[in-house]
Amino acid sequence: MKVTLKIWRQKNSNDKGQFVKYAVDDVDGEMSILECLDVLNESLILRGEVPVAFEHDCREGICGSCGFVINGVAHGPERATTACQLTMRHFKDGDEITLEPWRAKAFPLVKDLVVNRRALDHIIEAGGYISVGTGQAPEANGLPIGKEVADQSMDAAACIGCGACVAACPNAAAALFTGAKITHLGVLPQGETEKDRRALAMVAQMNAEGFGNCTNIGECTGACPKEIPLDVIAKMNRDYLCGSFQRRDDLPTPITPVVEGA
Amino acid sequence: MGNTGVIPHHPHPVSFWQSSNGKKVVMAVTGAIMFCFIVGHMIGNLQMFLPPEHINAYGHFLHHDITEELWIIRGILLLALALHVTATVQLALRSQAARPIGYSRKEAINSSYASRTMYWSGPIVLAFLIFHLLQFTAGYIHPQAQFVAGDVYGNVASGFRVWWVSAWYIFALCLLGLHLSHGLWSAFQSIGCAHPRLTRCLKISAQAIAVLIVLGYISIPISVLLGVIK
Repeated sequence: MKVTLKIWRQKNSNDKGQFVKYAVDDVDGEMSILECLDVLNESLILRGEVPVAFEHDCREGICGSCGFVINGVAHGPERATTACQLTMRHFKDGDEITLEPWRAKAFPLVKDLVVNRRALDHIIEAGGYISVGTGQAPEANGLPIGKEVADQSMDAAACIGCGACVAACPNAAAALFTGAKITHLGVLPQGETEKDRRALAMVAQMNAEGFGNCTNIGECTGACPKEIPLDVIAKMNRDYLCGSFQRRDDLPTPITPVVEGA
Repeated sequence: MGNTGVIPHHPHPVSFWQSSNGKKVVMAVTGAIMFCFIVGHMIGNLQMFLPPEHINAYGHFLHHDITEELWIIRGILLLALALHVTATVQLALRSQAARPIGYSRKEAINSSYASRTMYWSGPIVLAFLIFHLLQFTAGYIHPQAQFVAGDVYGNVASGFRVWWVSAWYIFALCLLGLHLSHGLWSAFQSIGCAHPRLTRCLKISAQAIAVLIVLGYISIPISVLLGVIK
Protein backbone atom coordinates (compact mmCIF):
# COMPACT_ATOMS: atom_id res chain seq x y z
CA MET A 1 0.00 0.00 0.00
CA LYS A 2 0.94 3.64 -0.40
CA VAL A 3 0.65 6.30 2.25
CA THR A 4 1.58 9.96 2.55
CA LEU A 5 3.36 10.89 5.75
CA LYS A 6 2.90 14.51 6.80
CA ILE A 7 5.74 14.95 9.27
CA TRP A 8 6.77 17.85 11.49
CA ARG A 9 10.36 18.77 10.50
CA GLN A 10 12.35 21.05 12.77
CA LYS A 11 16.16 21.20 12.78
CA ASN A 12 16.52 22.22 16.41
CA SER A 13 14.78 24.11 19.19
CA ASN A 14 15.62 27.48 17.59
CA ASP A 15 14.29 26.54 14.16
CA LYS A 16 10.70 27.45 13.32
CA GLY A 17 9.72 24.06 11.91
CA GLN A 18 7.03 23.07 9.41
CA PHE A 19 5.15 20.08 8.05
CA VAL A 20 6.69 18.22 5.09
CA LYS A 21 4.79 15.61 3.11
CA TYR A 22 6.52 12.41 2.01
CA ALA A 23 4.98 9.73 -0.20
CA VAL A 24 5.97 6.24 0.93
CA ASP A 25 5.31 3.39 -1.52
CA ASP A 26 5.63 -0.33 -0.80
CA VAL A 27 4.25 -0.10 2.71
CA ASP A 28 3.48 -3.52 4.16
CA GLY A 29 0.54 -3.88 6.53
CA GLU A 30 2.75 -5.80 8.97
CA MET A 31 5.22 -2.94 9.31
CA SER A 32 5.05 -0.80 12.40
CA ILE A 33 4.82 2.93 11.86
CA LEU A 34 8.42 3.21 13.06
CA GLU A 35 9.47 0.71 10.39
CA CYS A 36 7.56 2.80 7.89
CA LEU A 37 9.68 5.76 9.02
CA ASP A 38 12.81 3.56 8.70
CA VAL A 39 11.89 2.87 5.07
CA LEU A 40 11.31 6.56 4.47
CA ASN A 41 14.63 7.43 6.11
CA GLU A 42 16.52 4.93 3.92
CA SER A 43 15.16 6.67 0.84
CA LEU A 44 15.91 10.11 2.29
CA ILE A 45 19.53 9.10 2.97
CA LEU A 46 19.86 7.74 -0.59
CA ARG A 47 18.56 11.05 -1.90
CA GLY A 48 21.07 12.89 0.28
CA GLU A 49 18.42 14.43 2.53
CA VAL A 50 18.40 14.54 6.33
CA PRO A 51 16.44 11.58 7.76
CA VAL A 52 13.51 12.15 10.12
CA ALA A 53 14.61 12.03 13.75
CA PHE A 54 12.42 9.98 16.08
CA GLU A 55 13.08 8.21 19.36
CA HIS A 56 12.91 4.44 19.65
CA ASP A 57 14.60 1.63 21.52
CA CYS A 58 13.01 -1.72 22.38
CA ARG A 59 10.31 -1.64 19.68
CA GLU A 60 8.23 -4.03 21.74
CA GLY A 61 6.15 -1.49 23.64
CA ILE A 62 7.89 -1.62 27.01
CA CYS A 63 10.68 0.96 27.07
CA GLY A 64 8.78 4.22 26.66
CA SER A 65 11.22 5.76 24.18
CA CYS A 66 8.98 6.09 21.16
CA GLY A 67 5.89 8.14 20.72
CA PHE A 68 4.48 10.99 18.71
CA VAL A 69 1.02 12.21 17.86
CA ILE A 70 -0.44 10.26 14.94
CA ASN A 71 -3.51 11.79 13.28
CA GLY A 72 -4.29 13.81 16.38
CA VAL A 73 -3.99 10.93 18.85
CA ALA A 74 -0.91 10.22 20.98
CA HIS A 75 0.58 6.87 19.84
CA GLY A 76 -2.09 6.62 17.15
CA PRO A 77 -5.60 5.25 16.84
CA GLU A 78 -5.17 1.88 18.60
CA ARG A 79 -5.82 1.73 22.34
CA ALA A 80 -3.10 0.42 24.69
CA THR A 81 -0.53 0.52 21.90
CA THR A 82 2.77 2.35 21.63
CA ALA A 83 3.81 3.82 18.28
CA CYS A 84 6.34 1.00 17.76
CA GLN A 85 3.55 -1.56 18.13
CA LEU A 86 1.16 0.24 15.80
CA THR A 87 1.12 -1.65 12.54
CA MET A 88 0.32 -0.07 9.20
CA ARG A 89 -2.65 -2.38 8.64
CA HIS A 90 -4.67 0.04 10.76
CA PHE A 91 -4.40 2.58 7.94
CA LYS A 92 -5.89 2.45 4.48
CA ASP A 93 -4.14 2.60 1.13
CA GLY A 94 -3.70 6.24 0.11
CA ASP A 95 -4.11 7.64 3.65
CA GLU A 96 -2.38 10.83 4.67
CA ILE A 97 -0.94 10.30 8.17
CA THR A 98 0.01 13.34 10.24
CA LEU A 99 2.95 12.86 12.62
CA GLU A 100 3.60 15.55 15.23
CA PRO A 101 5.88 15.62 18.26
CA TRP A 102 4.52 15.81 21.83
CA ARG A 103 3.58 19.48 22.31
CA ALA A 104 4.26 20.88 25.77
CA LYS A 105 6.32 23.73 27.15
CA ALA A 106 7.88 21.29 29.63
CA PHE A 107 9.01 19.08 26.70
CA PRO A 108 11.32 21.33 24.64
CA LEU A 109 11.70 20.08 21.09
CA VAL A 110 15.09 18.56 20.27
CA LYS A 111 14.64 17.70 16.60
CA ASP A 112 11.75 16.67 14.32
CA LEU A 113 9.69 14.22 16.41
CA VAL A 114 12.10 14.08 19.36
CA VAL A 115 11.37 16.06 22.52
CA ASN A 116 13.31 16.39 25.76
CA ARG A 117 11.34 14.56 28.45
CA ARG A 118 13.82 15.15 31.27
CA ALA A 119 11.06 16.95 33.19
CA LEU A 120 9.57 13.50 33.88
CA ASP A 121 12.93 12.31 35.22
CA HIS A 122 13.01 15.34 37.51
CA ILE A 123 9.63 14.32 38.95
CA ILE A 124 10.90 10.80 39.65
CA GLU A 125 14.09 12.24 41.16
CA ALA A 126 12.02 14.43 43.45
CA GLY A 127 10.32 11.28 44.76
CA GLY A 128 13.59 10.33 46.44
CA TYR A 129 14.31 7.12 48.31
CA ILE A 130 12.31 4.55 50.26
CA SER A 131 13.58 3.16 53.55
CA VAL A 132 14.34 -0.54 53.24
CA GLY A 133 16.54 -2.81 55.31
CA THR A 134 19.73 -3.66 53.45
CA GLY A 135 21.78 -6.80 53.80
CA GLN A 136 20.39 -10.23 53.09
CA ALA A 137 17.29 -10.55 50.92
CA PRO A 138 14.28 -10.56 53.25
CA GLU A 139 12.07 -13.62 53.68
CA ALA A 140 9.58 -13.52 50.80
CA ASN A 141 6.55 -13.92 53.06
CA GLY A 142 7.86 -11.65 55.79
CA LEU A 143 5.85 -8.66 54.59
CA PRO A 144 2.39 -9.78 53.48
CA ILE A 145 0.72 -7.58 50.87
CA GLY A 146 -2.84 -8.23 49.72
CA LYS A 147 -3.33 -9.15 46.08
CA GLU A 148 -5.60 -6.16 45.43
CA VAL A 149 -2.94 -3.79 46.72
CA ALA A 150 -0.18 -5.57 44.81
CA ASP A 151 -2.29 -5.34 41.64
CA GLN A 152 -2.98 -1.66 42.19
CA SER A 153 0.70 -0.98 42.66
CA MET A 154 1.66 -3.09 39.65
CA ASP A 155 -0.91 -1.37 37.41
CA ALA A 156 0.62 1.98 38.32
CA ALA A 157 4.17 0.68 37.99
CA ALA A 158 3.40 -0.32 34.39
CA CYS A 159 4.00 3.36 33.46
CA ILE A 160 6.83 3.48 30.93
CA GLY A 161 7.20 7.27 31.11
CA CYS A 162 6.55 7.80 27.39
CA GLY A 163 4.83 11.16 27.96
CA ALA A 164 1.67 10.35 25.97
CA CYS A 165 -0.49 11.48 28.91
CA VAL A 166 1.04 14.95 28.73
CA ALA A 167 0.71 15.00 24.95
CA ALA A 168 -2.94 13.92 25.00
CA CYS A 169 -4.00 16.27 27.80
CA PRO A 170 -5.57 19.52 26.52
CA ASN A 171 -3.83 21.23 29.46
CA ALA A 172 -0.48 19.46 28.94
CA ALA A 173 -0.70 18.18 32.52
CA ALA A 174 1.56 15.44 33.87
CA ALA A 175 -0.98 14.31 36.46
CA LEU A 176 -1.34 10.73 35.22
CA PHE A 177 2.43 10.24 35.12
CA THR A 178 3.02 11.75 38.56
CA GLY A 179 -0.01 9.93 39.93
CA ALA A 180 1.29 6.61 38.64
CA LYS A 181 4.70 7.18 40.21
CA ILE A 182 3.16 8.24 43.53
CA THR A 183 0.68 5.34 43.55
CA HIS A 184 3.05 2.51 42.75
CA LEU A 185 5.03 3.18 45.93
CA GLY A 186 2.35 4.90 47.99
CA VAL A 187 0.00 1.93 48.27
CA LEU A 188 2.73 -0.47 49.42
CA PRO A 189 4.04 -0.83 52.99
CA GLN A 190 7.58 -0.28 51.69
CA GLY A 191 6.58 3.17 50.48
CA GLU A 192 4.56 4.09 53.56
CA THR A 193 7.35 5.79 55.55
CA GLU A 194 8.09 8.55 53.01
CA LYS A 195 4.56 8.77 51.59
CA ASP A 196 3.78 12.36 52.60
CA ARG A 197 7.17 13.81 51.74
CA ARG A 198 7.21 11.99 48.41
CA ALA A 199 3.79 13.31 47.36
CA LEU A 200 4.70 16.87 48.37
CA ALA A 201 8.06 16.78 46.58
CA MET A 202 6.81 15.14 43.38
CA VAL A 203 3.79 17.45 43.11
CA ALA A 204 6.05 20.47 43.73
CA GLN A 205 8.41 19.34 40.96
CA MET A 206 5.51 18.65 38.57
CA ASN A 207 4.26 22.20 39.15
CA ALA A 208 7.70 23.76 38.82
CA GLU A 209 8.27 22.03 35.47
CA GLY A 210 5.46 24.07 33.95
CA PHE A 211 2.94 21.33 33.23
CA GLY A 212 -0.72 22.37 33.10
CA ASN A 213 -3.44 21.48 35.58
CA CYS A 214 -5.57 18.35 35.62
CA THR A 215 -9.24 18.86 34.72
CA ASN A 216 -10.07 15.16 35.22
CA ILE A 217 -11.32 14.74 31.67
CA GLY A 218 -9.58 11.41 31.03
CA GLU A 219 -7.83 11.94 27.69
CA CYS A 220 -4.56 10.81 29.33
CA THR A 221 -5.79 7.39 30.34
CA GLY A 222 -7.29 6.91 26.86
CA ALA A 223 -3.91 7.59 25.25
CA CYS A 224 -1.83 5.71 27.82
CA PRO A 225 -0.29 2.62 26.18
CA LYS A 226 -0.36 0.93 29.59
CA GLU A 227 -3.98 1.97 30.32
CA ILE A 228 -3.11 3.44 33.70
CA PRO A 229 -6.41 4.30 35.40
CA LEU A 230 -7.49 7.80 36.37
CA ASP A 231 -7.62 6.63 40.01
CA VAL A 232 -3.87 7.25 40.30
CA ILE A 233 -4.54 10.98 39.94
CA ALA A 234 -6.97 10.84 42.85
CA LYS A 235 -4.34 8.94 44.85
CA MET A 236 -1.83 11.70 44.10
CA ASN A 237 -4.33 14.36 45.17
CA ARG A 238 -5.18 12.43 48.36
CA ASP A 239 -1.54 11.91 49.33
CA TYR A 240 -0.75 15.53 48.51
CA LEU A 241 -3.70 16.80 50.55
CA CYS A 242 -2.88 14.56 53.53
CA GLY A 243 0.82 15.41 53.24
CA SER A 244 0.03 19.13 53.22
CA PHE A 245 -1.95 18.83 56.45
CA GLN A 246 0.36 16.46 58.28
CA ARG A 247 3.76 17.90 57.43
CA ARG A 248 5.96 19.26 60.21
CA ASP A 249 9.09 19.96 58.16
CA ASP A 250 9.55 22.74 55.63
CA LEU A 251 8.08 22.16 52.21
CA PRO A 252 10.52 20.44 49.84
CA THR A 253 11.98 22.75 47.18
CA PRO A 254 11.94 21.64 43.54
CA ILE A 255 15.13 21.37 41.49
CA THR A 256 15.62 23.84 38.64
CA PRO A 257 13.08 22.78 36.00
CA VAL A 258 13.91 21.92 32.39
CA VAL A 259 12.22 25.07 31.08
CA GLU A 260 14.63 27.17 33.12
CA GLY A 261 17.60 25.45 31.52
CA ALA A 262 18.67 22.59 33.78
CA MET B 1 23.31 15.81 26.76
CA GLY B 2 25.17 14.07 29.56
CA ASN B 3 24.45 15.86 32.78
CA THR B 4 26.11 14.32 35.78
CA GLY B 5 26.31 17.57 37.76
CA VAL B 6 24.03 18.29 40.66
CA ILE B 7 21.05 20.42 39.63
CA PRO B 8 20.54 23.31 42.05
CA HIS B 9 17.32 23.54 44.01
CA HIS B 10 14.92 26.45 43.72
CA PRO B 11 15.08 28.77 46.70
CA HIS B 12 11.29 28.74 47.13
CA PRO B 13 8.98 25.78 47.68
CA VAL B 14 5.63 25.39 45.90
CA SER B 15 2.90 26.23 48.41
CA PHE B 16 -0.50 24.56 48.54
CA TRP B 17 -2.22 27.46 46.78
CA GLN B 18 0.59 27.78 44.21
CA SER B 19 0.26 24.15 43.19
CA SER B 20 -2.36 23.31 40.59
CA ASN B 21 -3.44 20.40 42.82
CA GLY B 22 -4.12 22.76 45.73
CA LYS B 23 -6.12 25.12 43.54
CA LYS B 24 -8.21 22.18 42.34
CA VAL B 25 -8.98 21.24 45.94
CA VAL B 26 -10.16 24.81 46.50
CA MET B 27 -12.28 24.58 43.36
CA ALA B 28 -13.80 21.30 44.54
CA VAL B 29 -14.72 22.68 47.96
CA THR B 30 -16.07 26.00 46.64
CA GLY B 31 -17.94 24.13 43.91
CA ALA B 32 -19.57 21.94 46.57
CA ILE B 33 -20.65 25.03 48.53
CA MET B 34 -22.26 26.54 45.44
CA PHE B 35 -23.88 23.19 44.63
CA CYS B 36 -25.58 23.22 48.06
CA PHE B 37 -27.02 26.62 47.17
CA ILE B 38 -28.20 25.35 43.77
CA VAL B 39 -30.14 22.54 45.46
CA GLY B 40 -31.62 24.81 48.13
CA HIS B 41 -32.58 27.48 45.61
CA MET B 42 -34.28 24.91 43.39
CA ILE B 43 -36.38 23.57 46.25
CA GLY B 44 -37.36 27.16 47.12
CA ASN B 45 -38.24 27.89 43.50
CA LEU B 46 -40.47 24.85 43.12
CA GLN B 47 -42.92 26.60 45.45
CA MET B 48 -43.99 28.37 42.24
CA PHE B 49 -46.24 25.35 41.70
CA LEU B 50 -48.08 26.14 44.94
CA PRO B 51 -50.51 29.07 45.38
CA PRO B 52 -48.75 32.51 45.25
CA GLU B 53 -48.87 33.05 49.03
CA HIS B 54 -46.35 30.27 49.68
CA ILE B 55 -43.42 31.62 47.67
CA ASN B 56 -44.20 35.22 48.62
CA ALA B 57 -44.14 34.23 52.29
CA TYR B 58 -40.86 32.37 51.69
CA GLY B 59 -39.37 35.48 50.07
CA HIS B 60 -40.54 37.57 53.03
CA PHE B 61 -39.02 35.05 55.44
CA LEU B 62 -35.62 35.25 53.66
CA HIS B 63 -35.52 39.02 53.34
CA HIS B 64 -37.08 40.13 56.63
CA ASP B 65 -37.01 37.31 59.21
CA ILE B 66 -33.43 36.06 58.73
CA THR B 67 -31.77 39.14 57.20
CA GLU B 68 -28.45 38.78 59.07
CA GLU B 69 -28.16 35.06 58.44
CA LEU B 70 -28.97 35.63 54.78
CA TRP B 71 -26.08 38.09 54.46
CA ILE B 72 -23.71 35.59 56.06
CA ILE B 73 -24.82 32.96 53.54
CA ARG B 74 -24.49 35.46 50.70
CA GLY B 75 -20.98 36.31 51.92
CA ILE B 76 -19.94 32.66 51.98
CA LEU B 77 -21.38 32.13 48.50
CA LEU B 78 -19.65 35.24 47.11
CA LEU B 79 -16.35 34.16 48.63
CA ALA B 80 -16.78 30.66 47.20
CA LEU B 81 -17.59 32.11 43.78
CA ALA B 82 -14.60 34.48 43.92
CA LEU B 83 -12.20 31.67 44.87
CA HIS B 84 -13.68 29.31 42.26
CA VAL B 85 -13.31 31.90 39.49
CA THR B 86 -9.85 33.06 40.61
CA ALA B 87 -8.51 29.50 40.66
CA THR B 88 -10.10 28.78 37.27
CA VAL B 89 -8.59 31.86 35.62
CA GLN B 90 -5.14 31.15 37.07
CA LEU B 91 -5.26 27.48 36.06
CA ALA B 92 -6.56 28.29 32.58
CA LEU B 93 -3.68 30.73 32.04
CA ARG B 94 -1.23 28.13 33.33
CA SER B 95 -2.62 25.48 31.00
CA GLN B 96 -2.45 27.85 28.08
CA ALA B 97 1.21 28.55 28.88
CA ALA B 98 1.88 24.82 29.24
CA ARG B 99 1.28 24.31 25.51
CA PRO B 100 2.58 27.35 23.61
CA ILE B 101 2.50 25.52 20.25
CA GLY B 102 -0.70 23.61 19.64
CA TYR B 103 -1.38 20.56 17.50
CA SER B 104 -2.34 20.90 13.86
CA ARG B 105 -4.82 18.13 14.49
CA LYS B 106 -6.15 16.81 17.81
CA GLU B 107 -8.82 14.20 18.39
CA ALA B 108 -10.66 13.68 21.67
CA ILE B 109 -10.85 9.95 22.33
CA ASN B 110 -11.78 9.49 25.95
CA SER B 111 -13.48 12.59 27.36
CA SER B 112 -17.04 13.81 27.65
CA TYR B 113 -18.35 16.90 25.87
CA ALA B 114 -19.20 18.41 29.27
CA SER B 115 -15.66 17.97 30.59
CA ARG B 116 -14.06 19.61 27.56
CA THR B 117 -16.36 22.63 27.68
CA MET B 118 -16.02 23.54 31.38
CA TYR B 119 -14.12 26.69 30.41
CA TRP B 120 -17.13 27.76 28.30
CA SER B 121 -20.05 26.62 30.43
CA GLY B 122 -18.59 28.27 33.55
CA PRO B 123 -18.26 31.86 32.26
CA ILE B 124 -21.63 31.74 30.46
CA VAL B 125 -23.35 30.59 33.65
CA LEU B 126 -21.57 33.41 35.52
CA ALA B 127 -22.87 35.95 32.99
CA PHE B 128 -26.34 34.49 33.41
CA LEU B 129 -26.02 34.67 37.20
CA ILE B 130 -25.32 38.41 37.05
CA PHE B 131 -28.30 38.98 34.73
CA HIS B 132 -30.47 36.76 36.92
CA LEU B 133 -29.60 38.67 40.12
CA LEU B 134 -30.24 42.00 38.39
CA GLN B 135 -33.62 40.73 37.19
CA PHE B 136 -35.13 38.84 40.10
CA THR B 137 -33.19 39.95 43.20
CA ALA B 138 -32.45 43.62 42.49
CA GLY B 139 -35.19 44.20 39.91
CA TYR B 140 -33.03 46.57 37.82
CA ILE B 141 -33.69 44.66 34.61
CA HIS B 142 -37.23 43.46 34.25
CA PRO B 143 -38.18 43.62 30.58
CA GLN B 144 -41.75 44.32 29.50
CA ALA B 145 -43.17 44.32 33.04
CA GLN B 146 -43.03 46.21 36.33
CA PHE B 147 -40.87 44.65 39.07
CA VAL B 148 -42.85 44.63 42.31
CA ALA B 149 -40.68 44.19 45.42
CA GLY B 150 -42.08 41.40 47.58
CA ASP B 151 -44.32 39.89 44.91
CA VAL B 152 -42.02 36.99 44.05
CA TYR B 153 -44.71 35.00 42.30
CA GLY B 154 -45.82 37.89 40.11
CA ASN B 155 -42.27 38.89 39.20
CA VAL B 156 -41.32 35.36 38.15
CA ALA B 157 -44.50 34.90 36.12
CA SER B 158 -44.22 38.30 34.38
CA GLY B 159 -40.45 37.85 33.84
CA PHE B 160 -40.69 34.45 32.20
CA ARG B 161 -43.63 35.47 30.01
CA VAL B 162 -41.01 37.29 27.88
CA TRP B 163 -39.89 34.51 25.55
CA TRP B 164 -36.23 35.47 25.33
CA VAL B 165 -35.85 35.72 29.11
CA SER B 166 -37.13 32.17 29.37
CA ALA B 167 -34.97 30.99 26.46
CA TRP B 168 -31.81 32.54 27.99
CA TYR B 169 -32.72 31.01 31.36
CA ILE B 170 -33.26 27.53 29.89
CA PHE B 171 -30.06 27.76 27.83
CA ALA B 172 -27.97 28.86 30.84
CA LEU B 173 -29.47 26.18 33.08
CA CYS B 174 -28.67 23.49 30.51
CA LEU B 175 -25.07 24.70 30.54
CA LEU B 176 -25.11 24.63 34.34
CA GLY B 177 -26.29 21.02 34.04
CA LEU B 178 -23.36 20.21 31.75
CA HIS B 179 -20.99 21.97 34.16
CA LEU B 180 -22.37 19.95 37.09
CA SER B 181 -22.38 16.63 35.25
CA HIS B 182 -18.59 16.83 35.07
CA GLY B 183 -17.91 19.03 38.09
CA LEU B 184 -19.79 16.94 40.66
CA TRP B 185 -17.66 13.92 39.81
CA SER B 186 -14.46 15.82 39.16
CA ALA B 187 -14.61 17.41 42.62
CA PHE B 188 -14.29 13.99 44.24
CA GLN B 189 -11.30 13.22 42.03
CA SER B 190 -9.66 16.55 42.98
CA ILE B 191 -9.90 15.89 46.70
CA GLY B 192 -8.54 12.39 46.14
CA CYS B 193 -11.69 10.37 46.66
CA ALA B 194 -11.74 7.62 44.05
CA HIS B 195 -12.20 3.89 43.90
CA PRO B 196 -12.99 1.68 40.90
CA ARG B 197 -16.44 0.91 42.29
CA LEU B 198 -17.08 4.38 43.69
CA THR B 199 -16.00 6.19 40.52
CA ARG B 200 -18.61 4.49 38.36
CA CYS B 201 -21.34 5.23 40.87
CA LEU B 202 -20.19 8.86 41.21
CA LYS B 203 -20.16 9.47 37.46
CA ILE B 204 -23.70 8.13 37.03
CA SER B 205 -24.98 10.01 40.10
CA ALA B 206 -23.39 13.26 38.90
CA GLN B 207 -25.20 12.99 35.58
CA ALA B 208 -28.51 12.01 37.19
CA ILE B 209 -28.32 14.89 39.68
CA ALA B 210 -27.42 17.34 36.90
CA VAL B 211 -30.45 16.24 34.87
CA LEU B 212 -32.77 16.51 37.90
CA ILE B 213 -31.49 20.00 38.68
CA VAL B 214 -31.93 21.21 35.11
CA LEU B 215 -35.45 19.75 34.94
CA GLY B 216 -36.38 21.22 38.33
CA TYR B 217 -35.29 24.71 37.32
CA ILE B 218 -36.52 24.86 33.72
CA SER B 219 -39.92 23.45 34.66
CA ILE B 220 -40.79 26.94 35.92
CA PRO B 221 -40.23 29.04 32.74
CA ILE B 222 -41.74 26.23 30.66
CA SER B 223 -44.83 26.20 32.88
CA VAL B 224 -45.11 29.99 32.61
CA LEU B 225 -44.84 29.86 28.82
CA LEU B 226 -47.40 27.05 28.65
CA GLY B 227 -49.75 28.99 30.89
CA VAL B 228 -49.69 26.53 33.79
CA ILE B 229 -48.33 29.28 36.04
CA LYS B 230 -50.19 32.56 35.56
